[in-house]
Order: sequence, then structure tokens, then C-alpha cells
Amino acid sequence: MKMKMINRMAALGLGAVSFISAQATAQLKVVATTPDLASVAREIGGDRVNVVALAKPTEDPHFVDAKPSFIVTLNRADALVEGGAELELGWLPPLLENSRNSKVAAGAPGRIVASEGIRLLEIPTSFDRSKGDIHSLGNPHYMIDPAAAKIVARNIASHFSQLDPKNAATYNANLARFNSRIDTKLAEWEKQLAPYRGAKIVTYHRDFIYFAQRFGLTIVDELEPKPGISPSPAHLAQVIGEMKRNNAKIILVQPFQNRKTAETVARQTGATVIDAPQQPGAASNTSSYFDNMDNLVRAIASALGGAK
Amino acid sequence: MYIKQTFGALALLVCSAMPALTGAQVPVPKSKQDSIARADSIARADSIALVKQLERELGAQSADTSAPAAPAQGPVATGSYMNIGFVALTDAGWSTAHDIGKIERGDHDPKVNGFTIPNAEISLDGNVDPYFKGFSNIVLKIDSAGDSGIELEEAYGLTTSLPWNLQLKFGQFFAEFGRQNPQHPHSWAFIDAPLVLTRMFGPDGLRSQGMRLSWLLPTPFYTEALVAVMNATGETATSFRSPESSEIHGGVIDDRPVSNGFSDLLIVPRVNTSFDLTETQTVVLGVSGAFGPNNSGPSARTQIYGADLYWKWKAPTAQAGFPFLSLQTEAMWRHYDAAQRLEEGQLLATLPGEVLKDRGGYAQVLWGIKPRIVAGLRGEFEHGDPGSFATDLRDDQTRWSPNLTWYPTEFSRIGVQYNYDSRKAIGTDHSLWLQLQFLIGAHAAHKF
Repeated sequence: MKMKMINRMAALGLGAVSFISAQATAQLKVVATTPDLASVAREIGGDRVNVVALAKPTEDPHFVDAKPSFIVTLNRADALVEGGAELELGWLPPLLENSRNSKVAAGAPGRIVASEGIRLLEIPTSFDRSKGDIHSLGNPHYMIDPAAAKIVARNIASHFSQLDPKNAATYNANLARFNSRIDTKLAEWEKQLAPYRGAKIVTYHRDFIYFAQRFGLTIVDELEPKPGISPSPAHLAQVIGEMKRNNAKIILVQPFQNRKTAETVARQTGATVIDAPQQPGAASNTSSYFDNMDNLVRAIASALGGAK
Repeated sequence: MYIKQTFGALALLVCSAMPALTGAQVPVPKSKQDSIARADSIARADSIALVKQLERELGAQSADTSAPAAPAQGPVATGSYMNIGFVALTDAGWSTAHDIGKIERGDHDPKVNGFTIPNAEISLDGNVDPYFKGFSNIVLKIDSAGDSGIELEEAYGLTTSLPWNLQLKFGQFFAEFGRQNPQHPHSWAFIDAPLVLTRMFGPDGLRSQGMRLSWLLPTPFYTEALVAVMNATGETATSFRSPESSEIHGGVIDDRPVSNGFSDLLIVPRVNTSFDLTETQTVVLGVSGAFGPNNSGPSARTQIYGADLYWKWKAPTAQAGFPFLSLQTEAMWRHYDAAQRLEEGQLLATLPGEVLKDRGGYAQVLWGIKPRIVAGLRGEFEHGDPGSFATDLRDDQTRWSPNLTWYPTEFSRIGVQYNYDSRKAIGTDHSLWLQLQFLIGAHAAHKF
């Protein structure tokens, strides 16, 4: 009887050891809400992680369908990287509620709030939806500021190291490499855009303010009269006037924004509409954060160069 | 009087939540919180060595020396411990039917020529603690006579950290039968409830007090199995032991206390599965059942079966979720085992024991034409096999409803709907309804 017990305990112990070692060698299963966060997570995790993004690169990240397959993905995740500034407010909460995964519950090491430590812009002083769909924590479109991407990378590396301490050195080394690459690329991007400092641009939504601040561009206006509110003819007429007065010659649109509206305004003002996707993978050959930023900077610089 | 008191209580509740809403909290970075908590626990412990040993054994991480310095700005706490939302449906319209309540049978449907507010909901929700979430929905409505009513539509707790992918819901809640029954009226695509839902579940949908266990299966695709055990008694348990059941079976109600133990409860099982057919198409399939006693006799029972399908396509470059195309369809079958019973209002007349069989269904197609504009078409039918008691609640009926909805934002909605109703014994009717909806406060995210 006693022997049987000992045998059983030994078997259990063995089972536990093999389970733990399997865990130690397995990749971390990481879910990111958007492709840009997924790309940074891949840079930091390397081959130690398997990363999937929920939102498609071409999709409006404010309006992603809370598909049941995402519940399964989140249920089996070791970590979740979320924007942290309410970008996903309309679809992430019900997915998390049904995913029943304490590893990615709020406050758990597996829950990575990408925006932590980023100085968000446009934090509202009062909550009033007559001003449009404003996010209470500030403007959530910070990822196209490379300096913000460095903070996101730091947050991700810190959480990966907590979740998988054995590979902490790898994550930290990857972080150092990411940071130095950002530093190099940022200098390049700044150089590319330096001739156009102070150039006037127009965007569809208020989604380029961090980019404009970083590279010294001036956003004259948005085609949306207020965040999330569809452009009205009256507002567009006002934008056209402002563009003419300010000699603004480019309009930036993302794949999910109404290009036709932008083209109408461009025809009236002699401006050019630039496809400016913020998510890696939306344009061809832009699978990583760096590729996408290269593409974005190149497109804007060449349009501003042509408009000069 | 009762309503006044309830309003007072509500006002108090809202006021008590206000300080939390307005009082901004001083942000403390997460890494700092962790290190403070750890330092605190070490200070309280008798032995630092013991804390370290426990940390090792429990798998907790030692302080991460590589953690970043305190960030320039942590997330700022906003809101309160509770989300408060208010949504109102205001309807207007006109129908050729002189018994509108017979074709618009839902409690939140437009029932009068002219104006009505059939549904105004106060929804409250939040995390109770690390283990539970709490949710409550209090409905105010103005009925066809112009009188205000109030009801506790839902009040339930939901576990957040049960093992083995389980989740328990407890309290008063809508039974998760099919697609539309658990949805609140403001998220319906049409202005009124489908005919088959009001036939099977009455004007308020199937909801009661009880518990529901759900299991997310370890399959590669989404599969959820749910079972609810609920009280079978009350106005919102139509088809079961509702005080208004004689409208279905025509007999005197067997008004007994719950006596048969477990078999006197209502059991609602459901299995729900979903696949992404392509990157842009998703399908959700479900089968449901509802089994419980009815009150035509001491051991009479009702069985309801349902099947539902939802398919959606959304463009890969959708703007604000448009364009999209979706199909939602549900079919239901009811076997109402009516016991031999005394006919209500008739001295000594007896109705025979019989199984009253009903079935029905609807299919609705929605086309999100361009941002914020949705065109819809719904077709529905319901049928009841003849029973010994004739009632218009079991008559055959069909309805066609085209509609058009404009969403100025996610917080407002303007819809217009035409209904072509055809009733076997009565004939056809035409109705035109207009609905304006608004939502203030917290906006619950959309489920798929």
C-alpha cells in the first residue's frame, strides 16, 4: 500500500517535472491587439515567442469585430499586449470576459499595457461626447512615434522577462538591439523629413499627431469635423479654405478611411492624397514596424518633396 | 408610491457613485505598485527568508532589477468602480391593426399609434473583486396606457477566475437560448421582437432567477457549452409556470407550490460554436433547449428546442465597421404537454390531455451599405397545431419587415421599419414605425 503511494507520488513528481520542462522550452503564446504591437513583440521575443495580432492591418482598430475565434486565441495566450489607451474599448472587454484566462487578467504579468509610461497627448479635461469620440486616457495613435515604440518595447521586454525569466537575457538583448536600431532609423527618418519641417498637412482622423510632433510637421485640420464623426460638406468646405490659406498640399489617409472624400478635397486644393497606413502589413513589403515606418516616412517625404 | 421610492433609491445610488466618478486618482505606476506591495509584505513578515522561499515555491518573481525606471506618466485612473449607462428607445408610428398589442407582443415593441417609450434602461456594471463581476439592468417603460413601469430585468454576478475554463453566472438573467433572447432591445437590428420569440418566451423574453454554468471547450475552434438551472415560475417564464399560462392552454392554472424538487426547475442547455470561414467571414451556430414544468397540471411539462445561425462578412478595409453583410436566423419548436384540465371560466367543462405543438422562425439579412447606414429585411412565420382550446396566441402568422437604420454615431440611432403582418384568422395589416435611440454614459462593447 505504502509502496503504491510512493510510486504514485513519484509518477506525479515526474509528470510535474516533465510538465515544467515542457513549459520552459515552449514558446510564449503572445496575443497583440494590433499588428504594430505584434511586430514590436516579435522584435523583443524573437524565436522565444509566437505572436498573433487580432486586428487586421487594413482594419480600423476602433471597430474590430469581437469574433468568437478571438476568445479561443485569448483563452490560450500567455500574454496579451494591448494599446492601453481605449483604442480597443469597443471590442476587447467582451472577448476578455469570455476568455477566462487569468494569465491575461488586468494586473497579471501576462497583461501588457503598451502605453504605460508614454506621455499621451490630448487627455481630455472633461468627458463630453458632443466633442466626438474622444478617448478618456488621451489620443491612442502613439505607435508611429518611434520614441513611443521604444517605451512599448521596454514594457514588453519587462513583462516577457517576468513570464519567462530563463530567457530574460535574450529579451533584454533584443530590447537593446531594438532600441539601437530605432535610434539609427530615427536619425535617418528625421533626416529624410528635415527639409519639410513646418510643412502643412491634413489628415482624415486625429491619428498623426504624435508623428507630426516628432518630425516637426504641422497638421492644419482633419477631414473629420470631430474624432469619429463623418465629414460633412460644410466642414470640408472649411478645410478646403484652410488648406488654400496655409498652402497644405498633402492629405494622409489610412486604408480604412474614405479615400474618395480625401480625393474630393484634393481636387479642390491641388493637394495629393497619400496612402499612409500605420499598421505593418497593410502596404506590401511592410511586415515589420521598421518596414512600415520606412514606407510611411518615404511616402510623406516624397509627396512633400513633389509638392514643394 | 413604490415607483417613487425606487426612483429615490436609484438617485441615491447614482449620487453615491458620483464622487468616485469625479475624484481623479493619483496615478501609481504598475511596477512601483508591485515593488511597494512586495516591500510591504516583507516588512510584515517575520522572516525575509521565508518570504523568499514562498516566492520561489509559489512561482512569484523576485523583484525585477531590469524593470524600467518609473515611467514619465502612468495610466491615469478614470471613471469609477462602476460603469453607468442609460439607453432610451423612443418609438413613434401607426398601424392599421386595431389590436396592435396582438401583433406587437413584445414588452419593448411599439404598441400604440402615436408615441411611446417602451424601453429605457439603466445599466450598471463593474468588477466586484478579483473573483466576480457584477451586472444589473433596471428597465423603465411607459406602457400603452401611458403608465410608467419599472422592472429589475437583470441582476447577476459572473465569476472571473474559475478553473478549467468554467464560468458561473448567478442571479436574475436572460436565458442564453438562441441568439436574440439574451440581447437587450437596443442591440436588436429591428424595432420589435421576432414573433417566434414572443410566442415561446412571452413579452419579456425568457429570464428568471437561477445559475448558469458555461464551459469553453478545449477544441481548436470556439465551442461553448452552457447549462442554466432557473426557477420555472413567474411572468417571464412563459411556456412554463407563468400565471398567464391559461392564455396558452385555456385551463385553470394548477397553482401549487414548488413540490417536485429539481424537476420543478427550468433547465436551459445550449451549445454554441463558431468558425472563421475566411479572413472576412465568420459563422456562429447554436442549438438550445428549455425543459421545465408547466402549470396545466401537477406533472405537465414543456420542451422547447431551438437552432440558430449567424453569418457575417465584413470588408477587409471596413470603415467604422462598414460595409458588411450578415444573416441571422433562428428556428424553434415547442411541445407543450397540457394535462387534462378544467376550462377556465367554464363551469365543469374539461379540456383533454394533449400535446400543443408550435413552431416558428425568422431570418434577417442586414446590409451595412456605407458607413453608418444599414438596410435590413426580416421574414418570419409561426404556426400552432390546432388544440382543443382556440387562442390567437397560437394562431398562424407571417410577417415581412424591411427597415433602414442610420447610426449618426455608436451612441445614437434612427430607424424606420415597415411591417406587413398576415394573420390566418384576421387578415393583413400594415404598420410603419420610427425609432430614435440614444445612449449616454458607459457604452458596453458589442458582442459578436
